[in-house]
Amino acid sequence: MRLFGFQIPPVFSLLFWIALWEIAGQYELAFILPPFSDVVSELFILIQRADFQDAAMLTFRAFVIGMAISIVLGIFIGFAMGSSRMANSVLGMWVNIFASAPLSSLVPILMLLFGLGQTTIIVTVVLFSTWIIALDTYAGVNHISPSMSEMGRSFGATRRQLLTKVLFWAALPEILAGVRMGLIRAVKGIVIGQLLVSVVALGRLFRTFSDNFQFEQFWALTIILFIFALTFSSAIGWLENKVEYYANTRG
Amino acid sequence: MLAATSVTPHAKGEKSDRLFGMSDTLFYRILSVLIVFGVWEIAGMIPISIAFPTFSSTMAAMFEMIFDGRLIYAYGETLKPLGMGVAISAFFGVTIGVSMGLNRLSQWVWEPIFVVLQASPVAALIPLITYAYGIGITAKTVAVIMLAAPIIVLNTYKAVRNANPSLIQMCRSFQGTRLQEIWIVIVPNAAPVIFAGLRLGVAAGFIGVILAELLITPTGIGDLISYHRSIAEYDYMYAAVFTIIVFSAVMVGFLETVEIKYFRPEKKKV
Amino acid sequence: MSDVATAAPLNPASATPENIVEVRNISKFYGSVHALDKINLSFPKGQMTTLLGPSGCGKTTLLKIIAGLLEPSDGEVLINGKVVNGPGPERAFVFQDFALLPWATVLRNVAFGMELAKVPKAEREDKARHYINEVGLSGFEDKYPHELSGGMRQRVGLARAMVVKADVLLMDEPFSAVDEQNRRKFQEDLLHLLAAENKTVIFVTHSIEEAVYVSDQIVLLSPRPGQIHSIIRPEISRDTSPDDIRRDKKYLDAVENIWTDLRKYLD
Repeated sequence: MRLFGFQIPPVFSLLFWIALWEIAGQYELAFILPPFSDVVSELFILIQRADFQDAAMLTFRAFVIGMAISIVLGIFIGFAMGSSRMANSVLGMWVNIFASAPLSSLVPILMLLFGLGQTTIIVTVVLFSTWIIALDTYAGVNHISPSMSEMGRSFGATRRQLLTKVLFWAALPEILAGVRMGLIRAVKGIVIGQLLVSVVALGRLFRTFSDNFQFEQFWALTIILFIFALTFSSAIGWLENKVEYYANTRG
Repeated sequence: MLAATSVTPHAKGEKSDRLFGMSDTLFYRILSVLIVFGVWEIAGMIPISIAFPTFSSTMAAMFEMIFDGRLIYAYGETLKPLGMGVAISAFFGVTIGVSMGLNRLSQWVWEPIFVVLQASPVAALIPLITYAYGIGITAKTVAVIMLAAPIIVLNTYKAVRNANPSLIQMCRSFQGTRLQEIWIVIVPNAAPVIFAGLRLGVAAGFIGVILAELLITPTGIGDLISYHRSIAEYDYMYAAVFTIIVFSAVMVGFLETVEIKYFRPEKKKV
Repeated sequence: MSDVATAAPLNPASATPENIVEVRNISKFYGSVHALDKINLSFPKGQMTTLLGPSGCGKTTLLKIIAGLLEPSDGEVLINGKVVNGPGPERAFVFQDFALLPWATVLRNVAFGMELAKVPKAEREDKARHYINEVGLSGFEDKYPHELSGGMRQRVGLARAMVVKADVLLMDEPFSAVDEQNRRKFQEDLLHLLAAENKTVIFVTHSIEEAVYVSDQIVLLSPRPGQIHSIIRPEISRDTSPDDIRRDKKYLDAVENIWTDLRKYLD
């Protein structure tokens, strides 16, 4: 978009929305929407609070463990689906069901089975992100030109070498796209899980803030989560761009 | 990776066999379903947890709820706001998305905000809805719109943006007007991806409505889950969750069939 | 090289053929990339002119400028002596990637130009059927593009361009996505079809044999920036059979000469 001959980067339109928010807040148009400036000052107080830091650490640890599990699992399932028609048709059915199912309805069951602690969060992350990673890995494997693996075999590569030296790298762009989508889903899953559990970690803070009409704090916490989600997904997006150059030259 | 989530082409170079009068893949699919249910039954019999009913008791609870009408009533409660929310999101989402694809200013204004909403856990805001809209059907509809609209907008936008430039040039070479270009070429060209976005929007909206029912307004199918959990009737609770997964699989499968039938003739199996 | 700019009356044998399309001083820049440099060309009415050259010589860019699909950075295009900006009814384009509407049948695709011009449905379908028959696709009216082979799809693209009765047919590497055997058949059919219609054709290709086989006049372009290298008139008699043409000494010499000219531009 151009204004007076200057190119205005798209991110600046976010400032426009934030300004609208600030105005709506100042004039108290909606009582659930405090001025943005109040939310930001509350944000800086919030991140120094011990209960927030504990909750964030607990959540983050569970998130990392869960993501590690689902990346390994998702890639494994994706390659299994790509390697045989049978695995594709059987696993594919389950993966497709879980990739589009409203998994939030399963969270109450997870709470019953795994308690209200870290295990539930880890399982939630795995449940929310594995399937999309598997689907994208499969799309990547399926997308590889057959001559790639024929080339490997003609040079005498073993099955293991073929997998680790050729196929994995050829499918990497799609795998990373899957990881990025999985990550976004995992953050959403964590938030949904914690909102539903609401006695541990961030979920308890959300509950406290909303029960006590502390909307500044509530929005501050939401914005922290938004920033976290966006930072992680753009980091992976950056990695994706780095590997894209050979995705274009691939057969 | 839109395509990745919607189609599963077969791995190449293997031919199919037949087992017990059906194709072998169908046979193994059914077998895998039976195995999963079997493991569930056994795990429930041990039991691995007091909160883990067997498959058979869950099914019994499900059929009981179907026949006494509770489940059907609950789905009616859930689907009303879902339908309304998806319809509203579809109307405004497609309009905004198309305008973003055709107009720079519209793109500048809307794209960043919807990208942020799409990538962020918007569900966190659901508890706030109740302060603005109470606990009625409006609150649930708003929850659906919050989750469904961003994906519909972004898919529509991308579809319009990526309209085949060759087709647009073709239209211009036959002196098509800008309006003809939009209505006869760009919009039909974008229709499959727009529809895929609507399908994803329905799935996201379903999550939204169930979350709203679990978090703020104890009605519909979400209430069946919370209520039976609170009185420890786990087989009924599992039955409700089970129907949600099955319902969503059937709904998504149906929408995919519609998509392939009407929008992607080239993907139809010969 | 500059003398070609004035090479307008190319065929002294016929009584100064009218130039239906003229290109004057056309230059094109893509940012800092210089794609075309001061191109001057004349296209005699009723003749087939080929733009030939290695990739990067700007031949497709030039064709799309003539079509009005691209704006030149400098210079002008004249049709029947009048300067034109943008597409017009005297020109019809055949696309390299066919540009068929995937959701429309063969019949609707062929009639598409008339649909845009709001010709009544019955009338336009009538005309479309005639040309579907002419390009050898009768029986396929209700098929969709994905059900056709590459060669058949381009026949649809050709019928769509023929049916609007434009005097000038612009063809952008129309056979590049068609396999070799079908391409030969298609070239023969094209010549046969054009002989009956008295159309002016501007044809872009990178195949030397194709250029010599189909053209009255060949414009050789050299790359970076795109300039006219030379203009060749093969002077091959079209009265003999296709196989005789391909064995004709003039045909073989022309192919050989062009190859000698072009090979120095290869990397």
